[in-house]
Amino acid sequence: MNTDPVVTHPQLQLITLDVNGEQHEVVTEPRRTLVDVLRHDLRLTGTHVGCEHGICGACTVLVDERPVRACLMFAAQAEGARIRTVESLSDDGGGGGGGAGGGELNDLQRAFSEHHALQCGFCTPGFLMLAEGFLAERPEATKEEIREVVASNLCRCTGYQTIVEAIDACATARRGACANPCDSSAGKEH
Amino acid sequence: MTELPMRERELLVGRSVARREDPRLLSGRGRFVDDIALPGMLHAQFVRSTVAHAELASVDVSAVREVPGVVAVFTAEDLELGDIVAQLGRPLSEFVPTAMPVLARDKVRYVGEPIAIVVARDAYAAEDGLEAAKVSYATLPPVVSEEAALADGAPLVHAEAAHNTLVDVSLFATDGIDQVFESAPCVVAVDATTGRQNALPLETRGAVAHWDDREEQLVLHTCTQIPHQVRTVTSRSLRLDERAVRVVVPDMGGGFGQKCVVGREEIAAAAAALRLRRPVKWIEDRKDALSASFLAREQHYRARAAFDAEGRILALDTDVVCDMGAYSCYPFSAGIEPLMASAEMPGVYKLPAYRVRGRAVTTNKAPTAPYRGVSRPQYVMVMERLFERAARELALDPVEIRRRNVITDFPYTGVNNITYDPGSYLESLNLCELLVREEGWYEKQAAAAAEGRHLGIGYSCFSERTGYGSAAFAQRKMKVVPGFDISEVRMDTSGAVSFTTGTMNHGQSHETTMAQIVADELGLDIAKVRLHQGDTDRITYGFGTFASRSITIGGSAVRLAAAKLGEKLCAIAAARWGITPDEVELGEGAARRRAAPDTPDIPNAPDLLTYEEIADIAYLQAHLLPKDIEPGLSATATFDVFNDGTFSNATHACVVELHAGTGQVEILRYVCVEDCGVAINPQVVEGQCRGGIAQGIAGALFEQVTYDAQGEPSATGFMDYKVPTAHEIPDVLIHHLETPCAFTETGAKGAGEGGTIGAPAAVLNAVNDALRPTGVELDHTPITPETVHRALNSTRNSALNRELSS
Ligand code: FES
Ligand code: FES
Repeated sequence: MNTDPVVTHPQLQLITLDVNGEQHEVVTEPRRTLVDVLRHDLRLTGTHVGCEHGICGACTVLVDERPVRACLMFAAQAEGARIRTVESLSDDGGGGGGGAGGGELNDLQRAFSEHHALQCGFCTPGFLMLAEGFLAERPEATKEEIREVVASNLCRCTGYQTIVEAIDACATARRGACANPCDSSAGKEH
Repeated sequence: MTELPMRERELLVGRSVARREDPRLLSGRGRFVDDIALPGMLHAQFVRSTVAHAELASVDVSAVREVPGVVAVFTAEDLELGDIVAQLGRPLSEFVPTAMPVLARDKVRYVGEPIAIVVARDAYAAEDGLEAAKVSYATLPPVVSEEAALADGAPLVHAEAAHNTLVDVSLFATDGIDQVFESAPCVVAVDATTGRQNALPLETRGAVAHWDDREEQLVLHTCTQIPHQVRTVTSRSLRLDERAVRVVVPDMGGGFGQKCVVGREEIAAAAAALRLRRPVKWIEDRKDALSASFLAREQHYRARAAFDAEGRILALDTDVVCDMGAYSCYPFSAGIEPLMASAEMPGVYKLPAYRVRGRAVTTNKAPTAPYRGVSRPQYVMVMERLFERAARELALDPVEIRRRNVITDFPYTGVNNITYDPGSYLESLNLCELLVREEGWYEKQAAAAAEGRHLGIGYSCFSERTGYGSAAFAQRKMKVVPGFDISEVRMDTSGAVSFTTGTMNHGQSHETTMAQIVADELGLDIAKVRLHQGDTDRITYGFGTFASRSITIGGSAVRLAAAKLGEKLCAIAAARWGITPDEVELGEGAARRRAAPDTPDIPNAPDLLTYEEIADIAYLQAHLLPKDIEPGLSATATFDVFNDGTFSNATHACVVELHAGTGQVEILRYVCVEDCGVAINPQVVEGQCRGGIAQGIAGALFEQVTYDAQGEPSATGFMDYKVPTAHEIPDVLIHHLETPCAFTETGAKGAGEGGTIGAPAAVLNAVNDALRPTGVELDHTPITPETVHRALNSTRNSALNRELSS
């Protein structure tokens, strides 16, 4: 028995979101943020919330391939855009990632693991999406440029060095793969 | 009998094995507390005090119930919960216990104190509900600083605590210390303060509670470092048997001490779930996390040290006052900071005479919790300042004066009655200086000076007690004496192993490092080994993760339990073969006969039994077991450290440049030589070091929660609380030394806190080194650009003045 008061919000609206290549219909209040819809309505909980005011970057997702703070955007504003979350990175595209039942990690995720670029892992999806978007736009990024971009998100555990190194290593490997298309370590996303 | 060579085993301990937690965390499949969603779940938010100190005149929440989406609202009166009371076993003259109600009852004592819990269909509606609450306050004068708290006639935060003093201990006072000061050739003093900080895990606190009818249990999912202690307090507060509460901790986005105390909100959320018989979720928002959750580190040291003419320290006299905020945290109490400082301040130095007074005062600020390093970042900073100042007075090299004073003969029993186990204090100092020299920083400093730039080099030497067993905490007279740890290792019929720990990972890689230990001990593929943690129903008991106790104590229990299981595997195999267990060896997932040439062949028996085959016997063919072997394959072990603990050590060096125009401190280089005994996984140790150093730098240069005269905190968002980013945190060169520990099962000492402990002192010394030409010395952290700017400009002015007057 559900005794909750019925919310008769005059402005409930039906929106359609394109997330990780799938269409989702959501009934939502206009004030509901994109990160809350992703996490709580669509149950894509990989994207995290660290501050809700646009500073920490834990909520970073790609909107039309550009990194965006999902806590600063209303879900309704994302209609018609292509949204990508951390769940799209591993190769099964649906929240896999090694271990039983998961897909293969992509090259960026593997670089994070190899460089110990995560500890508690809470900030990690945000950094991954930030890097994914940035490297797509600037595959030739230098380490200094990478550090510059990494500085837009907060991590409380790693001291950042290994995050910078992981992204740099991934970028270098992707460039190597482009120079030599037969290289099997090629990233899939460029 | 000829010895056959032991099978060479590739050991995992000591190698940077890839983290087993990574695939799920990297693919968004981690499960943090806010990821939990239960059918019919409601969302809670708290009505919080907007004033720092007041009698609660009235709390009217009737309008809250009318807000669309709100399901219920409860005040302290509605819930009648037991208070949270932290205790020390000390006389009233030394410790005054105070009660922290789950929801404020008659009085509020800090801005942000929870007064009522609003439960609604979603978090948005709960927040709407907050606005409809009407609280009227009869305000009282707030006490917002340590000086104000101790002033004569100061308003009392707790009526029972005279002079607002919760802890007042004088642990040591060497006879004749005053005469030493009188006759010493060199006496230096510092008056040092450190800012109030937030440990700031990136994941805020939170909980999801529901009542499980079938198990007759309240299930509380919460992000805590101490699941069993949360269970104890929750069950007492709700007046339930302890077995009727199950605390489950999912993945945790950091804790750093802020989550190693029992909070009020999770208990209130649990009480609401119990009342409503509906799941209730509470996730702290960042504003509350910054201003109203547990803070730390605000301390004031007045310290003097006496030295002989050669720079050897003769005596240390310290008075430390810690501003603990409004309440004593459970289980550590307000004693956590002053007792840590008092007991351990001499640090790595041979100190003949010591006097210390440690006090905890209560103020109208958010309460404090332990934070990574607890007091050690501060007292190390003070010690290192004293040495720097003495070096200046005696015209000695700052590294040389340390070299003359560090403990070199182990075990060493200090004037503080602590026996230090062997470490590499001198070696780490020498090596660290060498690394700095080899990179040419002294030349660069000289060159910079010639150009009128301000480069400084600073060091810090420290040890950190890590293996706090029961004995060490009992000395502190804690009523809850954390110390031992229990582990159970279990093998199933497929030969796979699950094991438990009473510690609680929140970023330290326990799933990997502890599995390395078990896999080595049993000679089993690490993929076959799985750790379970953070579930009070699954784990007999535990004290969680803090004080770098996880690998030292938890990891030792894990190893002992695995060894016991190994013995049972040997015993079963030996019984099958009709030989003695010591003729069996384990490795590569199987037991083998260590067949010596004169051992007669055992008919019809293979000389290898896989773990699967042994498990098959233990569970499914138990009739084959001899009478003295019980069916099943599990083993439990406990571990404790019974001496004064284990001591990791390190030397840090920091090179800074001060920018005259902006007063900004730029870190050009950071070098760390650390020794945590055997490093189970060097990459993990380095990660702990780097992360710790980043937090130490944060404390040295950036982070501080200040309060205005009304007790309003400055930090309500990341705009006001400056957390350093990749811009401000430099790359760190780490060099490992290894002095294995004799008191732990793995030879490991703890590694979690060292970075944070060493960094503030190294940074502050470097800044002071760069300021040397100005004659200004800074003894406060965080060092703001404004102070640096002012100090640098004072040079210019005085240089100008000198020029003009000559
Ligand atoms: S949660 Fe969006 S930036 Fe912090
Ligand atoms: S890994 Fe914990 S916050 Fe970045």
